[in-house]
Amino acid sequence: MTFLSIEPVRILLYLVGICAFVGANAAYLVLAERKGAGRIQRRPGPNEAGYAGWLQPVADGIKLLSKQVMIPPGTDRLLFCLAPLMVMAPPLICLTVIPFGENLFARNINVGLLLVFSLGSINVMALMLGGWASRNKYAVISAARVVSQNVAYEIPMLLVVITLLMVTGTMNLNEIVQQQGGGFWHWNLFKVWVNPLMPVTFVIFFICMLAETNRAPFDMAEAESELLAGAFTEYGGMGFGVFFMAEYANIVVGCSMATVLFLGGWQSPFVILSGPVFGPLWFLAKMYALILTVIWVRWTFPRTQFYGLLNLSWKILIPISLFTLLLTGAVMKLPLALHHLF
Amino acid sequence: MKMKAAFQEVYGGFMSLLTGMRITLGQAFKPVITVQYPRQTLKMPARFRGHIQLVLDPKTGKSRCTACKLCERACPSDCIAVDGAKLEGQKRKSVTDYQLDFTTCSLCGSCVEACPFDAIEFSKEYNVVAFSRDAFNHMDLVQRLAARREIWAQNQPPAPPPPEPPSPAPVAAPAPASQPQNPA
Repeated sequence: MTFLSIEPVRILLYLVGICAFVGANAAYLVLAERKGAGRIQRRPGPNEAGYAGWLQPVADGIKLLSKQVMIPPGTDRLLFCLAPLMVMAPPLICLTVIPFGENLFARNINVGLLLVFSLGSINVMALMLGGWASRNKYAVISAARVVSQNVAYEIPMLLVVITLLMVTGTMNLNEIVQQQGGGFWHWNLFKVWVNPLMPVTFVIFFICMLAETNRAPFDMAEAESELLAGAFTEYGGMGFGVFFMAEYANIVVGCSMATVLFLGGWQSPFVILSGPVFGPLWFLAKMYALILTVIWVRWTFPRTQFYGLLNLSWKILIPISLFTLLLTGAVMKLPLALHHLF
Repeated sequence: MKMKAAFQEVYGGFMSLLTGMRITLGQAFKPVITVQYPRQTLKMPARFRGHIQLVLDPKTGKSRCTACKLCERACPSDCIAVDGAKLEGQKRKSVTDYQLDFTTCSLCGSCVEACPFDAIEFSKEYNVVAFSRDAFNHMDLVQRLAARREIWAQNQPPAPPPPEPPSPAPVAAPAPASQPQNPA
């Protein structure tokens, strides 16, 4: 324990662990996505490379690595090269504060929630810069779409998070998880006595997370039938690969946050089978269940039109999330106010 | 009332999304229907029309064709050429050469309809690909029949031994031996 608490060792372990985790997830979630798409459409999915297609991510990686990295003439070189870095860095940093288990986290910061949501917005910046720097009309349209979409969906997401913050009273993610201990009825998702609309807030959070990570049915940024490949049109080889990996890294972060905030993080749904070994397993089980749901949603619904997307946010999600915010405030503070008055 | 309608629209919309997700989940657990083509193949339906072939009579292992040339005359594309000869010890002629020019055949089926002996049929062969047209402009159907006959011969049970000539008089069984003896 003393060896692990030495600062450089901790940093090194974090770097290696997080990079391996993100890399493995990005590679194998692509396979899971393709396999899932196949199953839903009643095909086997990739099944030629290795046993049942298990080597497909390796083959894809080698293919992408062997391609020429090309910067088209006329682009803004600096921004063009910076965009893949900016899209990959935020999820890596966000994973610092996410508690995988009771003692399994890189940093126990008491503003972890704020860190995740402030860095989450940089992803948008990166897509916008990538699109802008490409000097390609499709990429620029895509960049504009990404910005308006993310502005629209940040608001309900943050309103939901504020609602949750009022319930938890802390921004420390590990404390938020600890508050949800003692069975699944203590999870924030089911705390209907604090706010009868708590499951609805979870649905809003999930929808906003889909929109923030530019996943179908909200993948306006890379609507290939209209915009070729959207913001990554001019990227090839590993530049494109990094954008692709970042998409899955962002999904991992988003689903981790949903798990931590609503589904009790590393807490066991029953009181049994908890502890330092089972905790991370519960966390991963919940996180991957959410990720599979994200994949499932993608292969169920067609892409929405852009005005439908903005209507959903401004006309439905924002009013409902404002209402839940007010309702939570009322449920928490009204008895106190009445007590003072009478 | 407008408020209520708006809420109903949101609720109904959300429920329809859940219905969609239930359907895709149901599909995901049904068996995969892909046929891994080079390794697995589908059985062709009964009315599939491949190139024509000579019918192999399952009793004799030979063709029923008598080289009457009705198919040759029925063919609108003029792609059939039949030749026959009378073999020794047979009443009818039998086919010795059946050339099909599959490059001009339109699979109209007139030849199959015209045949009075049901001696030609559509094959179920759909892998008709080659590097040159020579593979198809003189298809020797008699030769192809011979190849099929070999497979047919392997699957035939060995020919039964010729029946023994009947014995002139059946030997009568000794009558007393068949009667059970009564000890009493």
